[in-house]
Amino acid sequence: MTIDMSKFLDTFFEESAEGLDAMESGLLNMQDGAADDELVNTIFRAAHSIKGGSATFGLSEVAEFTHHMETLLDELRAGKRAVATELIDVLLESVDCLRALLAASKSGAATDPERARILSQRMGKMLGAAPGHVVQQQAPEGTVATAGGAAQGWRIVFRPHAHLYRTGNDPVRMLRELAELGDYTVACDTSRLPRFADAQPEDCALAWTVELRGDIAEKRVREVFDWVDGDCDLTVERLAATAASAHKSALPVVEQKAVEPDAKAKAPEQKTQSQDPRAASETSSIRVGIDKVDALINMVGELVITQSMLGQVGKDFDMSRVEKLMHGLAQLERNTRELQESVMRIRMMPINFAFQRFPRMVRDLSQKLNKKIDLRMSGEQTELDKTVMEKIGDPLVHLVRNSVDHGIEMPDTRRAAGKSETGIVTLNAFHQGGNIVIEIKDDGAGLPRDKIIAKARKQGLLGADEEPSDDKVFELIFMAGFSTADQVTDVSGRGVGMDVVRKNIKALGGTVEVKSESGKGSTFTIRLPLTLAILDGQLVSVGEQTYIVPLVSIVETLQMKREAISAIAGRAELYRLRDEYIPVLRLYDLFCIEPRQKELVGGLLVVVEGDGKRVGLFVDDLQNQQQVVIKSLESNFKRVPGVSGATILGDGTVALILDVGGVIDASRQATSPKGFGTKQAQVRAA
Amino acid sequence: MPHILIVDDSASMRQMVAFTLKGAGYDVEEAVDGADGLRKAKGKAYNIVVTDVNMPNMDGITLIKELRALPNYKFTPLLLLTTESADDKKQAGKAAGATGWMVKPFNPEQLLATIKKVSG
Repeated sequence: MTIDMSKFLDTFFEESAEGLDAMESGLLNMQDGAADDELVNTIFRAAHSIKGGSATFGLSEVAEFTHHMETLLDELRAGKRAVATELIDVLLESVDCLRALLAASKSGAATDPERARILSQRMGKMLGAAPGHVVQQQAPEGTVATAGGAAQGWRIVFRPHAHLYRTGNDPVRMLRELAELGDYTVACDTSRLPRFADAQPEDCALAWTVELRGDIAEKRVREVFDWVDGDCDLTVERLAATAASAHKSALPVVEQKAVEPDAKAKAPEQKTQSQDPRAASETSSIRVGIDKVDALINMVGELVITQSMLGQVGKDFDMSRVEKLMHGLAQLERNTRELQESVMRIRMMPINFAFQRFPRMVRDLSQKLNKKIDLRMSGEQTELDKTVMEKIGDPLVHLVRNSVDHGIEMPDTRRAAGKSETGIVTLNAFHQGGNIVIEIKDDGAGLPRDKIIAKARKQGLLGADEEPSDDKVFELIFMAGFSTADQVTDVSGRGVGMDVVRKNIKALGGTVEVKSESGKGSTFTIRLPLTLAILDGQLVSVGEQTYIVPLVSIVETLQMKREAISAIAGRAELYRLRDEYIPVLRLYDLFCIEPRQKELVGGLLVVVEGDGKRVGLFVDDLQNQQQVVIKSLESNFKRVPGVSGATILGDGTVALILDVGGVIDASRQATSPKGFGTKQAQVRAA
Repeated sequence: MPHILIVDDSASMRQMVAFTLKGAGYDVEEAVDGADGLRKAKGKAYNIVVTDVNMPNMDGITLIKELRALPNYKFTPLLLLTTESADDKKQAGKAAGATGWMVKPFNPEQLLATIKKVSG
């Protein structure tokens, strides 16, 4: 029977990645002094599993490398070795190396044997032994004939101790196994059988003498009794020389191990490595807790019940059953909503997946910058959509780097300011309404207000005598090309700035804002929708059409007053909202449709904000607010400017979801002819 | 065919063992650690239990000790998956009541041979 081991590789890679993450965070915790047994055990187990798996699945390079790590960790676990920075450094580097080795095995790319070799050597040195090819020696094949020598046959006296059955072993199985080895005769010794009245049914009172004839290695014979060593009296003697060597056979046989790596064990390994570039094609998968799946199945069950109930009501319907119908529909609505929530929950993952890289990153950065930093994380179990999680990673890295590099001061500066030398960076996540909120907080110097103002004046973003509010000043750091870093460090200030962070977060339908207090630190707050598949929308009507404005981008809605409307040069119209002039955008112009109302006075203006700019959308009417499921226009139709997607309303018509950023851009191109000049925006349900 | 419970915290090992044994016609169920294994074993009488040693929540040695104390598992073959380096584990396993052990890494043929040794 041959089994293709490569089919288990994907699972192995996945769990190894998890194991490595666990090792990394464990090692980082250990460094903080918390070397409790459970922590060390967790790290050890991860290394152990990777080693076991890689050896089994033929990744000998990985197995060999992991062996050293495992040995070091085992010593740590047994208390034979103390936690030292050097040890943790080596182990952390090994985690990186192992990650690279596994990635290389997965993609079929070439590995960097030098790196692994050097690390192995370092670990070997720590272990006080030269690294050997341990793994390969460890694949003994049971059938290898050894120097024990062949004989005419063997005389085996097997006298189990009374408790043998209670180890789960059974003499019958062993005798059967012996019988398979060669020509076999057996005699049962019943002399130890007690009288019936004294019999203990669970004890073994029998003994056997087996004569086994054939060219059989002694090792093979002894192997049969390997598991019951100590649970029986066993003698194995050569048949020819029974009398002469009675004492010798009772001794354990010392044997030379087959030194040559076993050919059989090597063959599958080469096979998997050569045929495996296929694994590189990434199929994205998520692990879903069984409870979530159960909840889903439960929900579907409810749905089926409701459906059959409604079916019954509909069978011969008369007005007396209206109440029942309404009741059924209400239940259906509840079922649908719960089902929707459950399905969404499947895509939800704890934000820990995005957070877990930070302990390592902060450790490395603070070493590089000679700062002392304590990273605290909370709310790691807060869940959000997998896609959002993947996309929020980079902005988060940027913000954390910023806090470490620019936020936290050098230890002596901190001491001089009367603060603890160790700076604190806090990552916090929690749910609020339909959003997830992520805070990145540091207790550093705070944003340099004066510096920002000076720079802004220089760039002409601020008037010379303007005294802006804190909020307005701190908003400036999100402008493109705005960096106050004195010098570009290796860590941050490389031009990819806060503007990109904001843009990326915007693209996810989220917002980012900053609060800062001089000398006390700054806090960046990111707000993200829990999912990209559903959106809270405000339905607005223009003529016959319904559009959806994302609720997050709406600032306010008002009825326009004559005195606040002013028109400058041709088509550009402005509306004065308190101290601000807001461009008015006639949605019907944009989409080339016929509205019910063209007169601004008394009309409804929906003030929206996108990319830091505000415009007012002139619409006919406001409808209700509701959650809408986003359907991609691009994949179903084609890209339409100013529209981010579409949805299907309750009555079956298609409504377009406005892309507020795109609409604002369009409004700025005042020179362009009417709207987008497209009729394509008028999509109707087929 | 015997019912086999395989206990291992590594999903890939579980898959490999389960796939091999199912292919040979055994009924196989999986448990993710010792505690899960014990719970499953209590709910059903398995004919053979194969367990890893190093696992979270409850390790394999403890699992074997617990199982052996149950009337249903007094004589059941309980096998330990160990690594070659862990000779002390074999002894600890034996002391806890393990029937035998299988040395990692093993290939499907070795696995089937070992299971055959204790089944029937």
